[in-house]
Amino acid sequence: MIPSGFEYHRPSDLPTAVKILDEHGDEARVLAGGHSIIPMMKLRMADLSHLIDLQDVASLKEVSVAGDTVTIGAMVTQAELISNDALAKAAPILREAALQIADPQVRYVGTVGGNVANGDPGNDMPGLMQCLGATYVLYGSDGEREVDAREFYEAAYMTARADNEILTHIKIKATTAGYAYEKQKRKIGDYATAAAAVLIEQSGGKVTSASIAMTNLSDTPIHSTGAGDALVGTACDAAAISSAIAAMQADILPNEDNRGPIEFKRHVAATMLRRAIERAWSRA
Amino acid sequence: MSKMHIKLTVNGQEHEMLAEPRELLIHTLRERLNITGPHIGCETSHCGACTVDLNGKSVKACTVFAAQANGAEIKTIEGFAGPDGLHVLQDKFREHHGLQCGFCTPGMITRAYRLLQENPNPTEEEVRFGMAGNLCRCTGYQNIVKSIMAAAAEMNTAKEAAE
Repeated sequence: MIPSGFEYHRPSDLPTAVKILDEHGDEARVLAGGHSIIPMMKLRMADLSHLIDLQDVASLKEVSVAGDTVTIGAMVTQAELISNDALAKAAPILREAALQIADPQVRYVGTVGGNVANGDPGNDMPGLMQCLGATYVLYGSDGEREVDAREFYEAAYMTARADNEILTHIKIKATTAGYAYEKQKRKIGDYATAAAAVLIEQSGGKVTSASIAMTNLSDTPIHSTGAGDALVGTACDAAAISSAIAAMQADILPNEDNRGPIEFKRHVAATMLRRAIERAWSRA
Repeated sequence: MSKMHIKLTVNGQEHEMLAEPRELLIHTLRERLNITGPHIGCETSHCGACTVDLNGKSVKACTVFAAQANGAEIKTIEGFAGPDGLHVLQDKFREHHGLQCGFCTPGMITRAYRLLQENPNPTEEEVRFGMAGNLCRCTGYQNIVKSIMAAAAEMNTAKEAAE
Protein backbone atom coordinates (compact mmCIF):
# COMPACT_ATOMS: atom_id res chain seq x y z
CA MET A 1 0.00 0.00 0.00
CA ILE A 2 1.50 3.26 -1.13
CA PRO A 3 -0.14 6.58 -0.24
CA SER A 4 -1.05 9.06 -2.95
CA GLY A 5 1.48 11.74 -3.75
CA PHE A 6 2.36 14.72 -1.57
CA GLU A 7 5.07 17.32 -1.12
CA TYR A 8 7.47 16.66 1.76
CA HIS A 9 8.80 19.50 3.91
CA ARG A 10 11.39 19.26 6.65
CA PRO A 11 11.69 22.67 8.35
CA SER A 12 14.20 23.17 11.14
CA ASP A 13 12.21 25.68 13.19
CA LEU A 14 8.62 26.31 14.23
CA PRO A 15 8.00 29.62 12.43
CA THR A 16 8.90 27.97 9.11
CA ALA A 17 6.66 25.00 9.86
CA VAL A 18 3.73 27.30 10.71
CA LYS A 19 4.34 29.33 7.56
CA ILE A 20 3.94 26.18 5.46
CA LEU A 21 0.78 25.30 7.39
CA ASP A 22 -0.59 28.81 6.85
CA GLU A 23 0.11 28.60 3.14
CA HIS A 24 -1.65 25.30 2.56
CA GLY A 25 -4.44 25.24 5.16
CA ASP A 26 -6.11 21.88 5.63
CA GLU A 27 -4.15 20.47 2.67
CA ALA A 28 -1.16 20.25 5.00
CA ARG A 29 -0.48 18.20 8.11
CA VAL A 30 2.49 17.93 10.42
CA LEU A 31 4.29 14.60 10.69
CA ALA A 32 5.65 13.46 14.04
CA GLY A 33 6.34 9.71 14.33
CA GLY A 34 3.88 9.00 11.54
CA HIS A 35 2.49 5.81 13.04
CA SER A 36 -1.07 7.15 13.00
CA ILE A 37 -1.00 9.29 9.87
CA ILE A 38 1.00 7.02 7.55
CA PRO A 39 -1.40 4.06 7.97
CA MET A 40 -4.31 6.48 7.36
CA MET A 41 -2.58 7.82 4.24
CA LYS A 42 -2.01 4.27 2.98
CA LEU A 43 -5.71 3.54 3.39
CA ARG A 44 -6.47 6.84 1.62
CA MET A 45 -8.42 7.90 4.69
CA ALA A 46 -6.19 10.92 5.14
CA ASP A 47 -6.05 13.15 2.10
CA LEU A 48 -3.35 15.79 2.09
CA SER A 49 -0.92 17.29 -0.33
CA HIS A 50 1.75 18.61 2.04
CA LEU A 51 3.44 16.74 4.85
CA ILE A 52 5.60 18.76 7.24
CA ASP A 53 8.10 16.53 9.04
CA LEU A 54 9.00 18.03 12.45
CA GLN A 55 11.99 15.77 13.17
CA ASP A 56 14.53 18.60 12.72
CA VAL A 57 12.80 21.03 15.10
CA ALA A 58 15.11 20.48 18.04
CA SER A 59 13.05 22.39 20.62
CA LEU A 60 10.26 19.80 20.31
CA LYS A 61 12.55 17.05 21.62
CA GLU A 62 13.16 18.66 25.00
CA VAL A 63 12.05 17.38 28.39
CA SER A 64 12.37 19.55 31.47
CA VAL A 65 11.48 19.11 35.11
CA ALA A 66 11.71 22.47 36.91
CA GLY A 67 10.33 22.43 40.43
CA ASP A 68 6.95 20.78 40.07
CA THR A 69 6.44 21.81 36.44
CA VAL A 70 7.13 19.09 33.90
CA THR A 71 7.36 20.08 30.24
CA ILE A 72 7.48 17.43 27.53
CA GLY A 73 8.22 18.33 23.92
CA ALA A 74 5.72 17.02 21.39
CA MET A 75 8.39 15.07 19.46
CA VAL A 76 9.54 13.07 22.49
CA THR A 77 8.96 9.41 21.60
CA GLN A 78 7.23 6.91 23.84
CA ALA A 79 10.57 5.08 24.17
CA GLU A 80 12.33 8.29 25.27
CA LEU A 81 9.55 8.99 27.74
CA ILE A 82 9.89 5.46 29.18
CA SER A 83 13.67 5.72 29.56
CA ASN A 84 13.67 9.23 31.07
CA ASP A 85 14.42 8.86 34.80
CA ALA A 86 13.49 12.44 35.68
CA LEU A 87 10.02 11.90 34.20
CA ALA A 88 9.68 8.55 35.95
CA LYS A 89 10.31 10.34 39.23
CA ALA A 90 8.12 13.37 38.51
CA ALA A 91 5.08 11.47 37.20
CA PRO A 92 5.55 7.69 37.20
CA ILE A 93 2.11 7.12 35.65
CA LEU A 94 3.59 8.36 32.34
CA ARG A 95 5.97 5.41 32.09
CA GLU A 96 3.34 2.92 33.25
CA ALA A 97 0.95 4.07 30.51
CA ALA A 98 3.57 4.41 27.76
CA LEU A 99 4.73 0.82 28.30
CA GLN A 100 1.22 -0.30 27.41
CA ILE A 101 1.16 1.55 24.09
CA ALA A 102 1.68 -0.45 20.90
CA ASP A 103 4.95 -2.43 20.70
CA PRO A 104 8.70 -1.68 20.95
CA GLN A 105 9.18 -0.68 17.31
CA VAL A 106 6.22 1.68 17.40
CA ARG A 107 7.34 3.18 20.73
CA TYR A 108 10.76 4.06 19.25
CA VAL A 109 9.02 6.23 16.67
CA GLY A 110 5.58 7.18 18.02
CA THR A 111 5.56 10.50 19.86
CA VAL A 112 3.71 11.86 22.87
CA GLY A 113 2.64 14.92 20.88
CA GLY A 114 1.26 12.89 17.99
CA ASN A 115 -0.59 10.67 20.41
CA VAL A 116 -2.33 13.56 22.19
CA ALA A 117 -2.86 15.84 19.16
CA ASN A 118 -4.35 13.26 16.81
CA GLY A 119 -7.65 13.15 18.69
CA ASP A 120 -8.08 9.42 18.14
CA PRO A 121 -10.29 8.11 20.97
CA GLY A 122 -8.18 4.93 20.96
CA ASN A 123 -4.95 6.68 21.90
CA ASP A 124 -3.88 6.28 25.53
CA MET A 125 -2.11 9.58 26.22
CA PRO A 126 -5.23 11.78 25.89
CA GLY A 127 -6.95 9.89 28.73
CA LEU A 128 -3.79 10.03 30.79
CA MET A 129 -3.53 13.79 30.24
CA GLN A 130 -7.15 14.21 31.44
CA CYS A 131 -6.19 12.39 34.60
CA LEU A 132 -3.07 14.53 35.10
CA GLY A 133 -4.89 17.77 34.27
CA ALA A 134 -2.26 18.56 31.63
CA THR A 135 -1.97 21.76 29.62
CA TYR A 136 -1.20 21.70 25.89
CA VAL A 137 0.87 24.47 24.31
CA LEU A 138 -0.21 25.36 20.77
CA TYR A 139 1.91 27.48 18.44
CA GLY A 140 0.56 29.36 15.43
CA SER A 141 1.23 32.48 13.39
CA ASP A 142 -0.41 34.56 16.16
CA GLY A 143 1.98 33.14 18.73
CA GLU A 144 1.50 30.69 21.54
CA ARG A 145 -1.58 29.76 23.52
CA GLU A 146 -2.38 27.16 26.14
CA VAL A 147 -5.39 24.86 26.28
CA ASP A 148 -6.37 22.53 29.12
CA ALA A 149 -6.25 18.91 28.02
CA ARG A 150 -9.72 18.57 29.54
CA GLU A 151 -11.01 21.24 27.12
CA PHE A 152 -9.06 20.04 24.07
CA TYR A 153 -11.07 17.10 22.73
CA GLU A 154 -14.32 17.94 20.92
CA ALA A 155 -15.15 14.72 19.06
CA ALA A 156 -13.23 11.88 17.40
CA TYR A 157 -10.28 13.50 15.57
CA MET A 158 -11.73 16.97 16.33
CA THR A 159 -9.77 19.09 18.77
CA ALA A 160 -9.35 22.70 19.84
CA ARG A 161 -6.19 22.90 17.70
CA ALA A 162 -6.69 25.10 14.64
CA ASP A 163 -5.51 23.76 11.24
CA ASN A 164 -2.60 26.18 11.24
CA GLU A 165 -1.43 25.48 14.79
CA ILE A 166 1.14 22.96 16.02
CA LEU A 167 0.95 21.30 19.42
CA THR A 168 4.48 21.91 20.69
CA HIS A 169 4.60 20.98 24.36
CA ILE A 170 2.67 19.29 27.13
CA LYS A 171 2.87 20.68 30.64
CA ILE A 172 1.95 18.74 33.73
CA LYS A 173 2.39 19.16 37.47
CA ALA A 174 4.77 16.65 39.07
CA THR A 175 2.79 14.31 41.30
CA THR A 176 3.63 11.87 44.04
CA ALA A 177 0.03 10.61 44.20
CA GLY A 178 -0.67 6.88 44.06
CA TYR A 179 -1.08 6.03 40.40
CA ALA A 180 -2.20 3.32 37.98
CA TYR A 181 -2.94 2.93 34.29
CA GLU A 182 -4.91 -0.25 33.57
CA LYS A 183 -5.59 -1.24 29.98
CA GLN A 184 -7.41 -4.19 28.46
CA LYS A 185 -6.53 -4.92 24.85
CA ARG A 186 -7.18 -7.87 22.56
CA LYS A 187 -3.53 -8.23 21.58
CA ILE A 188 -0.21 -6.41 21.68
CA GLY A 189 -0.40 -3.29 19.55
CA ASP A 190 -4.16 -2.96 19.81
CA TYR A 191 -6.00 0.04 21.14
CA ALA A 192 -7.77 -0.35 24.47
CA THR A 193 -11.09 -2.12 24.73
CA ALA A 194 -11.17 -0.01 27.89
CA ALA A 195 -8.49 1.69 29.97
CA ALA A 196 -8.48 3.65 33.21
CA ALA A 197 -6.03 6.25 34.55
CA VAL A 198 -6.16 6.92 38.27
CA LEU A 199 -4.28 9.24 40.66
CA ILE A 200 -5.10 9.13 44.37
CA GLU A 201 -3.71 11.19 47.28
CA GLN A 202 -4.37 10.17 50.85
CA SER A 203 -3.85 11.41 54.36
CA GLY A 204 -4.46 9.36 57.50
CA GLY A 205 -6.05 6.51 55.57
CA LYS A 206 -8.62 8.71 53.79
CA VAL A 207 -8.62 9.79 50.16
CA THR A 208 -7.94 13.53 49.95
CA SER A 209 -8.07 13.82 46.18
CA ALA A 210 -8.72 11.51 43.24
CA SER A 211 -8.55 12.01 39.50
CA ILE A 212 -10.02 9.41 37.15
CA ALA A 213 -10.03 9.27 33.36
CA MET A 214 -11.11 6.63 30.85
CA THR A 215 -9.80 5.76 27.36
CA ASN A 216 -11.71 4.59 24.25
CA LEU A 217 -15.12 4.53 25.89
CA SER A 218 -16.56 7.62 24.15
CA ASP A 219 -15.58 9.61 21.09
CA THR A 220 -13.33 11.67 23.38
CA PRO A 221 -11.31 10.71 26.45
CA ILE A 222 -13.44 11.06 29.57
CA HIS A 223 -12.40 12.78 32.79
CA SER A 224 -14.96 11.57 35.31
CA THR A 225 -15.12 14.12 38.13
CA GLY A 226 -18.01 12.15 39.61
CA ALA A 227 -15.87 9.04 39.91
CA GLY A 228 -13.06 10.96 41.61
CA ASP A 229 -15.47 12.71 43.98
CA ALA A 230 -16.97 9.35 45.00
CA LEU A 231 -13.62 8.35 46.48
CA VAL A 232 -12.76 11.57 48.33
CA GLY A 233 -13.20 11.32 52.10
CA THR A 234 -13.52 7.52 52.02
CA ALA A 235 -11.02 4.84 52.98
CA CYS A 236 -11.19 3.61 49.37
CA ASP A 237 -13.22 0.60 50.54
CA ALA A 238 -15.34 -1.65 48.34
CA ALA A 239 -18.45 0.53 48.67
CA ALA A 240 -16.54 3.67 47.64
CA ILE A 241 -15.00 1.91 44.64
CA SER A 242 -18.44 0.70 43.54
CA SER A 243 -19.77 4.27 43.78
CA ALA A 244 -16.84 5.52 41.71
CA ILE A 245 -17.51 2.87 39.06
CA ALA A 246 -21.20 3.81 38.96
CA ALA A 247 -20.29 7.48 38.52
CA MET A 248 -17.83 6.58 35.74
CA GLN A 249 -20.52 4.53 33.95
CA ALA A 250 -22.73 7.61 33.87
CA ASP A 251 -19.99 9.61 32.13
CA ILE A 252 -18.91 7.19 29.36
CA LEU A 253 -20.78 6.45 26.14
CA PRO A 254 -19.17 3.46 24.42
CA ASN A 255 -20.07 2.34 20.90
CA GLU A 256 -20.40 -1.20 19.67
CA ASP A 257 -17.54 -2.12 17.33
CA ASN A 258 -15.11 -4.96 16.64
CA ARG A 259 -13.89 -4.76 20.26
CA GLY A 260 -17.30 -5.82 21.47
CA PRO A 261 -20.85 -4.78 22.28
CA ILE A 262 -21.65 -1.92 24.61
CA GLU A 263 -22.43 -4.13 27.60
CA PHE A 264 -19.06 -5.86 27.30
CA LYS A 265 -17.22 -2.55 27.10
CA ARG A 266 -19.00 -1.29 30.20
CA HIS A 267 -18.07 -4.51 31.96
CA VAL A 268 -14.39 -4.16 30.97
CA ALA A 269 -14.44 -0.46 31.91
CA ALA A 270 -15.64 -1.36 35.41
CA THR A 271 -12.97 -4.04 35.79
CA MET A 272 -10.17 -1.75 34.58
CA LEU A 273 -11.26 1.05 36.88
CA ARG A 274 -11.58 -1.24 39.90
CA ARG A 275 -8.06 -2.58 39.34
CA ALA A 276 -6.64 0.86 38.69
CA ILE A 277 -8.20 2.32 41.85
CA GLU A 278 -6.96 -0.61 43.95
CA ARG A 279 -3.43 -0.32 42.61
CA ALA A 280 -3.31 3.47 42.86
CA TRP A 281 -4.60 3.26 46.46
CA SER A 282 -1.95 0.68 47.33
CA ARG A 283 0.67 3.17 46.13
CA ALA A 284 -0.90 6.29 47.67
CA MET B 1 5.13 15.69 -7.06
CA SER B 2 8.78 16.59 -7.11
CA LYS B 3 11.29 13.87 -6.45
CA MET B 4 13.71 14.15 -3.60
CA HIS B 5 17.38 13.44 -3.34
CA ILE B 6 17.83 10.77 -0.67
CA LYS B 7 20.97 9.37 0.87
CA LEU B 8 20.99 6.21 2.97
CA THR B 9 23.80 4.18 4.48
CA VAL B 10 22.68 0.56 4.47
CA ASN B 11 24.91 -2.07 6.07
CA GLY B 12 27.84 0.30 5.78
CA GLN B 13 27.33 1.10 2.12
CA GLU B 14 26.17 4.53 0.93
CA HIS B 15 23.35 4.82 -1.57
CA GLU B 16 21.95 7.94 -3.23
CA MET B 17 18.78 8.14 -5.24
CA LEU B 18 15.85 10.26 -6.33
CA ALA B 19 12.54 9.18 -4.84
CA GLU B 20 9.01 10.47 -4.55
CA PRO B 21 8.15 11.56 -1.01
CA ARG B 22 5.48 8.87 -0.80
CA GLU B 23 7.98 6.05 -1.27
CA LEU B 24 8.10 3.85 1.81
CA LEU B 25 11.49 2.79 3.15
CA ILE B 26 10.63 -0.91 2.75
CA HIS B 27 10.15 -0.40 -1.01
CA THR B 28 13.37 1.58 -1.30
CA LEU B 29 15.29 -1.24 0.35
CA ARG B 30 13.64 -4.11 -1.50
CA GLU B 31 13.00 -2.71 -4.95
CA ARG B 32 15.79 -0.20 -5.52
CA LEU B 33 18.61 -1.64 -3.46
CA ASN B 34 17.65 -5.31 -3.84
CA ILE B 35 17.90 -5.72 -0.06
CA THR B 36 15.08 -8.23 0.30
CA GLY B 37 15.79 -9.51 3.80
CA PRO B 38 13.26 -7.15 5.40
CA HIS B 39 9.92 -8.63 4.32
CA ILE B 40 6.55 -7.11 3.60
CA GLY B 41 4.07 -8.86 5.86
CA CYS B 42 1.02 -6.98 7.08
CA GLU B 43 1.95 -3.50 5.78
CA THR B 44 0.10 -2.05 8.76
CA SER B 45 2.94 -1.86 11.33
CA HIS B 46 1.71 -4.87 13.27
CA CYS B 47 3.77 -7.89 12.21
CA GLY B 48 7.37 -6.66 12.35
CA ALA B 49 8.56 -8.65 9.30
CA CYS B 50 9.91 -5.41 7.81
CA THR B 51 11.92 -4.46 10.92
CA VAL B 52 15.22 -2.70 10.23
CA ASP B 53 17.66 -0.98 12.58
CA LEU B 54 17.50 2.75 11.81
CA ASN B 55 19.91 5.05 13.65
CA GLY B 56 20.06 2.54 16.50
CA LYS B 57 16.33 1.93 16.81
CA SER B 58 14.19 -0.98 15.67
CA VAL B 59 11.74 0.44 13.16
CA LYS B 60 9.03 -1.00 10.93
CA ALA B 61 10.14 0.04 7.45
CA CYS B 62 6.59 -0.24 6.06
CA THR B 63 5.56 2.77 8.13
CA VAL B 64 8.46 5.13 7.43
CA PHE B 65 8.90 7.21 4.29
CA ALA B 66 12.34 7.01 2.71
CA ALA B 67 12.35 10.81 2.93
CA GLN B 68 12.08 10.62 6.73
CA ALA B 69 15.09 8.31 6.78
CA ASN B 70 17.18 10.63 4.61
CA GLY B 71 20.73 10.62 6.01
CA ALA B 72 20.12 7.59 8.23
CA GLU B 73 22.32 4.62 9.05
CA ILE B 74 20.37 1.42 8.46
CA LYS B 75 21.19 -2.17 9.30
CA THR B 76 19.23 -5.07 7.85
CA ILE B 77 19.60 -8.84 8.18
CA GLU B 78 22.03 -8.69 5.24
CA GLY B 79 24.45 -6.82 7.50
CA PHE B 80 24.73 -9.49 10.17
CA ALA B 81 26.90 -12.33 8.89
CA GLY B 82 30.60 -11.46 8.74
CA PRO B 83 33.65 -12.97 7.04
CA ASP B 84 33.83 -15.51 9.87
CA GLY B 85 30.31 -16.78 9.22
CA LEU B 86 26.94 -16.25 10.81
CA HIS B 87 26.24 -13.69 13.52
CA VAL B 88 25.72 -15.35 16.89
CA LEU B 89 21.96 -14.57 16.74
CA GLN B 90 21.66 -16.27 13.36
CA ASP B 91 23.66 -19.20 14.64
CA LYS B 92 21.49 -19.61 17.74
CA PHE B 93 18.25 -19.35 15.74
CA ARG B 94 19.57 -22.24 13.64
CA GLU B 95 20.78 -24.27 16.60
CA HIS B 96 17.56 -23.85 18.61
CA HIS B 97 15.18 -24.15 15.69
CA GLY B 98 14.00 -20.55 16.17
CA LEU B 99 12.31 -20.58 12.80
CA GLN B 100 10.17 -22.79 10.64
CA CYS B 101 9.02 -21.05 7.46
CA GLY B 102 11.53 -18.24 7.99
CA PHE B 103 9.35 -15.35 6.87
CA CYS B 104 9.51 -13.48 10.19
CA THR B 105 13.15 -14.38 10.89
CA PRO B 106 14.96 -11.36 9.39
CA GLY B 107 12.73 -9.02 11.41
CA MET B 108 13.07 -11.20 14.51
CA ILE B 109 16.87 -11.23 14.40
CA THR B 110 17.16 -7.54 13.55
CA ARG B 111 14.89 -6.65 16.48
CA ALA B 112 16.58 -9.12 18.84
CA TYR B 113 19.94 -7.52 17.99
CA ARG B 114 18.77 -4.09 19.18
CA LEU B 115 17.09 -5.60 22.24
CA LEU B 116 20.37 -7.23 23.29
CA GLN B 117 22.30 -4.01 22.61
CA GLU B 118 20.03 -2.24 25.08
CA ASN B 119 19.64 -5.08 27.54
CA PRO B 120 22.52 -7.58 27.21
CA ASN B 121 21.22 -9.81 29.97
CA PRO B 122 17.44 -10.02 29.64
CA THR B 123 15.08 -12.30 31.52
CA GLU B 124 12.77 -14.49 29.49
CA GLU B 125 9.94 -12.08 30.31
CA GLU B 126 11.99 -9.13 29.05
CA VAL B 127 12.75 -10.98 25.81
CA ARG B 128 9.05 -11.65 25.28
CA PHE B 129 8.13 -8.01 26.05
CA GLY B 130 10.95 -6.71 23.86
CA MET B 131 9.96 -8.95 20.95
CA ALA B 132 6.25 -8.15 21.18
CA GLY B 133 6.31 -6.19 17.93
CA ASN B 134 7.28 -9.24 15.86
CA LEU B 135 4.74 -11.91 14.98
CA CYS B 136 5.56 -15.52 14.12
CA ARG B 137 2.79 -17.83 12.94
CA CYS B 138 4.86 -21.04 13.03
CA THR B 139 6.96 -21.53 16.11
CA GLY B 140 4.75 -20.54 19.02
CA TYR B 141 7.72 -18.33 20.04
CA GLN B 142 9.24 -20.86 22.49
CA ASN B 143 12.28 -21.52 20.34
CA ILE B 144 12.64 -17.90 19.30
CA VAL B 145 12.90 -16.92 22.96
CA LYS B 146 15.31 -19.80 23.58
CA SER B 147 17.49 -18.70 20.64
CA ILE B 148 17.68 -15.11 21.88
CA MET B 149 18.47 -16.17 25.45
CA ALA B 150 21.22 -18.47 24.13
CA ALA B 151 22.62 -15.70 21.94
CA ALA B 152 22.66 -13.30 24.92
CA ALA B 153 24.54 -15.86 27.01
CA GLU B 154 27.12 -16.45 24.29
CA MET B 155 27.59 -12.75 23.57
CA ASN B 156 28.15 -12.14 27.29
CA THR B 157 30.64 -15.00 27.56
CA ALA B 158 32.54 -13.63 24.57
CA LYS B 159 32.53 -10.15 26.10
CA GLU B 160 33.86 -11.45 29.44
CA ALA B 161 36.59 -13.43 27.68
CA ALA B 162 37.64 -10.27 25.83
CA GLU B 163 37.91 -8.22 29.04
